[in-house]
Amino acid sequence: MRSRGQKILERIYVVLIFLLMYMPIFILIVCSFNASKARSVWGGFTLNWYVSMFQDPDVMAAVRTSLLLTTSAAVIATVLGTLACVGMTVASRRFKKVLMSVTNIPMLNADIVTGIAIMLLFVRFWRLGFASMLAAHVTLGVPYVILNVMPKIEGMNQSTYEAALDLGATPAYAFRKIIIPDILPGILSGFLLAFTISLDDFVVTYFTKGAGINTISTMIYQQVRRGINPEMYALSTILFLLILLVLWAVNRIQAVQEGNGRRKEAAR
Amino acid sequence: MKSKRICLTAPYLVWSVGFIVLPLVIVLVYGLTNDNGNLTLANLAAIADPIHLSALGQSLLIAFGSTAISLIVCYPLAYILSRSHQSSRLVIMLFVLPMWINFMLRILALQMVLANTGIINTVLGFFGIPAQHLLYNRRAILIGMTYDYLPFMLLPLYNAMCRIDRDLIDAAADLGAGRFVIFRKIVLPLSMPGVISGIIMVFIPSISEFAIADILGGSKILLIGNVIEQEFSLTNNWHLGSGLSVVLMIFIFISMAIMNRRGESEVQAL
Repeated sequence: MRSRGQKILERIYVVLIFLLMYMPIFILIVCSFNASKARSVWGGFTLNWYVSMFQDPDVMAAVRTSLLLTTSAAVIATVLGTLACVGMTVASRRFKKVLMSVTNIPMLNADIVTGIAIMLLFVRFWRLGFASMLAAHVTLGVPYVILNVMPKIEGMNQSTYEAALDLGATPAYAFRKIIIPDILPGILSGFLLAFTISLDDFVVTYFTKGAGINTISTMIYQQVRRGINPEMYALSTILFLLILLVLWAVNRIQAVQEGNGRRKEAAR
Repeated sequence: MKSKRICLTAPYLVWSVGFIVLPLVIVLVYGLTNDNGNLTLANLAAIADPIHLSALGQSLLIAFGSTAISLIVCYPLAYILSRSHQSSRLVIMLFVLPMWINFMLRILALQMVLANTGIINTVLGFFGIPAQHLLYNRRAILIGMTYDYLPFMLLPLYNAMCRIDRDLIDAAADLGAGRFVIFRKIVLPLSMPGVISGIIMVFIPSISEFAIADILGGSKILLIGNVIEQEFSLTNNWHLGSGLSVVLMIFIFISMAIMNRRGESEVQAL
């Protein structure tokens, strides 16, 4: 259907955009091995920035804060969101509509307003610190969990759960054995999204962080304004490779699962 | 049994009242009062101040620009990717991968590309072209926002186009529709939900952004996000900052209402 020329043009377009998107990241990686502090001068290959990065207490503290914050925020958001979705299946339509509208607010509102709002809450009634960052990140993540779990729950066959109850399962047992496995893909992708949103966030963190506490984002922001330390390039490279690895693993797992599913189907 | 299950929403209900509704009420209270605690509309009316108005105008201009550019770039890309069968899943993953790289890192990387001693100017210099000032102007901010939010446009477009039934297109072709007719009558209308959610996902973050303007614009260009941020970090006028936030919020929700929120669900299924 498509002519050869058109196919080649399509290829060129895809590759061009791809190169444009990856050029900055590639340069970042090259700079992390550059012995010269200047960006446009190649001073020879070095791993010094990697070594000094791991010895820099500020960098390590920011990495630790980021990991702790992101992981706990994603876990809490996943639990809150999943429970809410399960509960909402028996709620009245009106209740559900109101709760869903409220849920949409952090997702649709400007991050700067969400950040300021939560900052004001904590300044007014408590103080800024890890707790305020955590509260903000959970709030950002829950809508994405609900968005991913809700369609799975709605598409679920309710009678399996009721059959389990009829056969003597306790609601908790049936929940664990029937509902959770059914909606697990939704929960996982919700968790992954909440994790990503939290790790990527700068604006909300910037407003809700207490003095002297930094995530990777806010640390880089401070450094970019003062003059960047090449250690940041090294950190970026490691993070990039880590993300690449995780995504590759997720992709593999999904491919294997799909393969299994297909085999099961064929066996029937 | 069922009445018990509704209790599962309780933790989130409490959470959303405490951390979504209450904080917004506080912003509203700050925005509608002054230092003495008197009710006032001055903080909202402050948006009419020429500096604030021009900041809002600049923000709108850049947000429209970056949304339009990402749509124009991503639409054909999403179409091509959704049509190719071979390993397209891996390819789309590679295109979305930058989304998983820290926002600040992406800006940092872009700053290195655009800098006076950066790669573009080094290449230009190689051909004897004098160095261009690519950083610290409105164009740099526009490039930065487009670069940063491009995956957020690509993904919903791609998802929407993948859902288009191939048979529809084949049937139309069998019945004698030309390529242009197929595009206008099938692909375009069926990809609209993706277009709308892509626009929402790029427009909203870019209208309130302040860090990109700060780093790539060199603090020379004030966007509405920068104005609000400075009210909190520099001038410490929280009432004015809150007032402007309320205006920004109203602005966003009006644009949402205009675009109607059909496309929201496109964010799922990453």
